[in-house]
Amino acid sequence: MSAEPVLQVRNLRAHIGTARGVVRAVDDVSLDVDRAQALGVVGESGSGKSVMAKAVMGLLPPRAACSGEVLFEGRDLLSLPRKERAQIWGKQIAMVFQDPGRSLNPVVRIERQLTEGMRRLLGTSRSEARGKALELLSEVGVPDPERRLRNYPHELSGGMRQRVMIAIALACEPDLLIADEPTTALDVTIQRQILDLLRRVQRDRGMSLVLISHDLAVVAGRTDRVAVMYAGRLAEVGATRSVFDSPRHRYTHALLEATPALDHERNAPLRLIPGSLPDPTDPPPGCRFTARCAQVEDDCRDPGPSMALVGADHYAACTRPVAAGDVPLPVGGGSGGR
Amino acid sequence: MVLPVLSRIGRSLLVVLLVTMAVVLLMSLAPGSAAEVILGEAATPEAVAALNAKLGLDQPLWAQYLNWLGDAVRGDLGESPVTGQPVTEAIVERLPVTLQLAVMALLLALVVSVLLAVASAVRPNSLVDRAINAVSSVFLSVPAFIAGPLLIYVFALQLGWFPVTGWSRLSDGIGPNLLGALLPAIAIALTEIAAFHRVLRADLIGTLREDFVGAARAKGMSGAYVMLRHALRPSSFSLVTLAGINLGRLIGGTVIVESLFALPGLGQLLATSIVTRDVVTVQGVVAFIAVVYVGVNTAVDLSYRLIDPRIRKVATA
Repeated sequence: MSAEPVLQVRNLRAHIGTARGVVRAVDDVSLDVDRAQALGVVGESGSGKSVMAKAVMGLLPPRAACSGEVLFEGRDLLSLPRKERAQIWGKQIAMVFQDPGRSLNPVVRIERQLTEGMRRLLGTSRSEARGKALELLSEVGVPDPERRLRNYPHELSGGMRQRVMIAIALACEPDLLIADEPTTALDVTIQRQILDLLRRVQRDRGMSLVLISHDLAVVAGRTDRVAVMYAGRLAEVGATRSVFDSPRHRYTHALLEATPALDHERNAPLRLIPGSLPDPTDPPPGCRFTARCAQVEDDCRDPGPSMALVGADHYAACTRPVAAGDVPLPVGGGSGGR
Repeated sequence: MVLPVLSRIGRSLLVVLLVTMAVVLLMSLAPGSAAEVILGEAATPEAVAALNAKLGLDQPLWAQYLNWLGDAVRGDLGESPVTGQPVTEAIVERLPVTLQLAVMALLLALVVSVLLAVASAVRPNSLVDRAINAVSSVFLSVPAFIAGPLLIYVFALQLGWFPVTGWSRLSDGIGPNLLGALLPAIAIALTEIAAFHRVLRADLIGTLREDFVGAARAKGMSGAYVMLRHALRPSSFSLVTLAGINLGRLIGGTVIVESLFALPGLGQLLATSIVTRDVVTVQGVVAFIAVVYVGVNTAVDLSYRLIDPRIRKVATA
């Protein structure tokens, strides 16, 4: 956290026009990604985490309107000319997608998919890129890399494909890697390997990592900081341990309490957060969580909360934050938890 | 890899056998005998019987077919009772014209339609896309017998860029040959362009929504590179299928354009033979076209495994 953050998202809004109206997928989010650190972004589906990642990568459809700033090493990706942005994506920021079965081109051999970035962006020679590709495949734990280079994606297993995707993302030695739900499409047994791999390469290379997931457990032990999103807004952000041990936003607290513990008591009812996500085309004024919050009062809607420091490197946007040290109790009693 | 290919070819041979069988039966479908049809109403019974014997029509159907097939596989499709020319020779004489016309029209249509489809798919429903769609609707709804005279009028008569009608052989120089073939090729290509554009545009738009296209963009690949190296190939299935079907169709089906532009092709041969009741020639030409059609479509089916490696895998499994 010495130097300035590698990525600074400032008041980012991504509003997407649909048949039902304008979806406020991301609504005024500000967030930093520090150098050589791993940031987890958690939230349920529809919270805007993937849209935020796509906005950073310039992958939103033209009907999406973005405003605010996405500063990468001081340059705003949203307003940068196309030519200069092309110098950043792939080379300095890379991305790993949710489903490796769909994010690899089915009719192109692994070799070209793995080397085209180096060849076209860095001007690496064919043989040099090939050597680098073999190294990368070994680094991400793909056995028999020589043969894999000649394979097509359908000849690999899901876990191998995601390893290949990670190798592709690492090919141009990016400063920042965004992994959007990188294990959601994989078998549970493979998930852990892939997550540990991501954390390992992040540390080995001194790279920054944004790990996006709907699963709190995915982010828990593998990130330095965590950001919790709800309905297009940032609810809480802070050091991972601090957020999980002592969540201050009512949403985070409820979310953690709803997570069944490993020693979940038999037949004890699962705890839920009542209600559902607000209409993304017409969100309520003030805090987005008001309809589902037990502690809601008038000032939650007007003027509504703003991000405030609630602890050491810990921010929450809540009018009546949970008391510090109010540890969420996982359902079924047990004290263990994560 | 080899077995599925062989079985595909085997099925095609079966189709060819069935088609040629139907073609030979044409003979016996004509009212009276083929000899009566050929010789006309004024023929004497002796002449009819003689011709029937000469054509082998006095034999049972299966023998007729086997005789015909036996000759056909050796390249002998019989002799035209009208002109006295061997049918094979007539086909070989006219095939280059039709083939050149069909191939030129198809290549032209492919090049133009791929460009248009890419331009359309970059931004669906944009002004460019809607303009191209409008033009392609016009192309699709104007039949060759309207487009042909229109092209002749504007480009040959008014502007004088092309010869009005007629064919200049390749042996007389490639320049005049291409110039003479271009206008009829365009007349044929217009409808094809429209059809190809629609099919490829739809497939491209679908492919461009795929995750792997986003992934290629996230890799920093330029829009043009993503389009050409990532999106075009997996989008080309329907186009290849359609182009294959149409190549087969064009080889037998350029009758109208060949007549309009007075080109000595297969279509014209077929049309003349029908008018002069030259049953033997009709039989030979139809059989030939059927074989080409089946052959081209077999080739198209086999080409899928070149486009998509997953098909090779499935086929061997």
